[in-house]
Amino acid sequence: MNRTDWETVIGLEIHAQLTTRSKIFSGASTAFGAEPNRQACAIDVALPGTLPVLNRGAVERAIRLGLAIEAEIAERSVFARKNYFYPDLPKGYQISQYELPVVKNGAITVQVGEGEAAYEKTVRITRAHLEEDAGKSLHEDFHGMTGIDLNRAGTPLLEIVSEPDMRSAEEAVAYARALHTLVRWIGVCDGNMQEGSFRIDANVSVRPKGETRLGTRREIKNLNSFRFLQQAIDYEVRWQIETLEEGGTVQQATVLFDPERGETRVMRTKEDAHDYRYFPDPDLLPLVIDRAWIEEVRSNLPELPQALRRRLVEAHGLTPYDANLLTASKELADYYLAAVAAAGQALAKPCANWILGELAARLNRSGIEIGESPVRPTHIAALVQRVHDGTISHAGAKKVFEALWTGEGQDVDAIIEAQGLEQVSDESALESLVDAAIAANPKSVEEFRAGKEKALNALVGQVMKASRGAANPQRVTELLRRKLTG
Amino acid sequence: MPAIDLDRIAELARIELTPDSAAAFRADLERVLALVDRLQAVDATGVAPMSHPLDLPQRLREDIVTESDQRDALLALAPAAENGLYLVPKVIE
Repeated sequence: MNRTDWETVIGLEIHAQLTTRSKIFSGASTAFGAEPNRQACAIDVALPGTLPVLNRGAVERAIRLGLAIEAEIAERSVFARKNYFYPDLPKGYQISQYELPVVKNGAITVQVGEGEAAYEKTVRITRAHLEEDAGKSLHEDFHGMTGIDLNRAGTPLLEIVSEPDMRSAEEAVAYARALHTLVRWIGVCDGNMQEGSFRIDANVSVRPKGETRLGTRREIKNLNSFRFLQQAIDYEVRWQIETLEEGGTVQQATVLFDPERGETRVMRTKEDAHDYRYFPDPDLLPLVIDRAWIEEVRSNLPELPQALRRRLVEAHGLTPYDANLLTASKELADYYLAAVAAAGQALAKPCANWILGELAARLNRSGIEIGESPVRPTHIAALVQRVHDGTISHAGAKKVFEALWTGEGQDVDAIIEAQGLEQVSDESALESLVDAAIAANPKSVEEFRAGKEKALNALVGQVMKASRGAANPQRVTELLRRKLTG
Repeated sequence: MPAIDLDRIAELARIELTPDSAAAFRADLERVLALVDRLQAVDATGVAPMSHPLDLPQRLREDIVTESDQRDALLALAPAAENGLYLVPKVIE
């Protein structure tokens, strides 16, 4: 069998750390970067006699996410104990949700690929459940002992579990990115992958094309970048196919990705898989969410990326690709919308071009976030308007942009004036230049009159040169055409 | 009644069993399972599974930081601590 005979099947489990101020079951702070154990209270360190009390903010964020993926919000959900022993889990169990999660049966439609090859893919989301994070083990040597920092213990997480709907690493990355955009868009997670706020586990299996049963999967744990997600899946798929083609079998296992070597490594096999012995946590009553609360959360949701994308294509006339880029973050989308609001919807396309072109390149090069851009949306709008009404050329607009970027000027019209960028559009001023060009280039004139349209460009070029670029090329073209055909 | 895999249960609970205590545990667990069998025998058709004996919803707290830093007091309870960390025997899984 050759490679094309295999189909890849991927499902993702994503842990999104929620943006609450306090922990999921205690009033300790969740702020990042505190000294070890300064934010681990008696509940977080599991002192006997303490009891968990659920954070309303964590539930509210779960509802937000559920609504954003068009899922069912469970009227009643239950917290369960997931039992295992590890020193960074002082209770000996993690409080999670098992049989009755707070969110189930959602879906998200994502754009995969670019240009001609781009297509839409809907990934079903089986469930999203609330749970607490564990602490951190530090294995550096403390006289042969392990150090435990419990600041992270009890931090609220939403585990978002997809169906095995993805068929390539590219689809998995597109889905993970879309979810990453979405959680930040609706403000439930800051998405900081370096700090571990958004962690991805990938379940990967392969099967012969046409087979409907799933192959044996291996779970790649704790991927903290989209690049690693891609690399880990690519490696894993290659490994599984090679193993099967050589007559071997894939054993169900949990593996880790080693970014330095670019390969996955077995962490534990099915034989020593954990037996978590889930059972309902007697310390916590069922979580009941009423319709009124759901509707209140719904009314506070912003327009979602998918809906906005559709609007940008249908009402603003953008390509799906540009619409996808502009909705990569709420900040970028808001910036674009503010520019279009000021410029007018008819100028949406040039606004998008400036933002995705010049501005994106400059931001990228200088490592500045869109929110800190010295060039504001109103600047983009004024720039686009001045190009549109013929006041400045595209080359002139680039100079204005430069002045705005460096802070040399704050006002588009003032910069145009200060730098003398205004194009000469006045007919009487242009007429003598046009006449001179016609007189000096009889050959081009003849060619144009003989039907060669291109000859006109040569004449326009002559006028532009004579005006040192100050003439409005559109006006010059009109004037030349009128004089030569009239 | 299903066979009791006492070694597996002890391993999951991280409990070391002596032959004497093993016999006592086995007897206890057999009694627990017998009780469960009696419960299983009840016809519960149409009864929604119960996750908690109290028929009440969970009360929620507002998302406010209410705890102050008690690190030193809590670390003092631990058998070993250093540099603000709890120290435990080396565990690498």
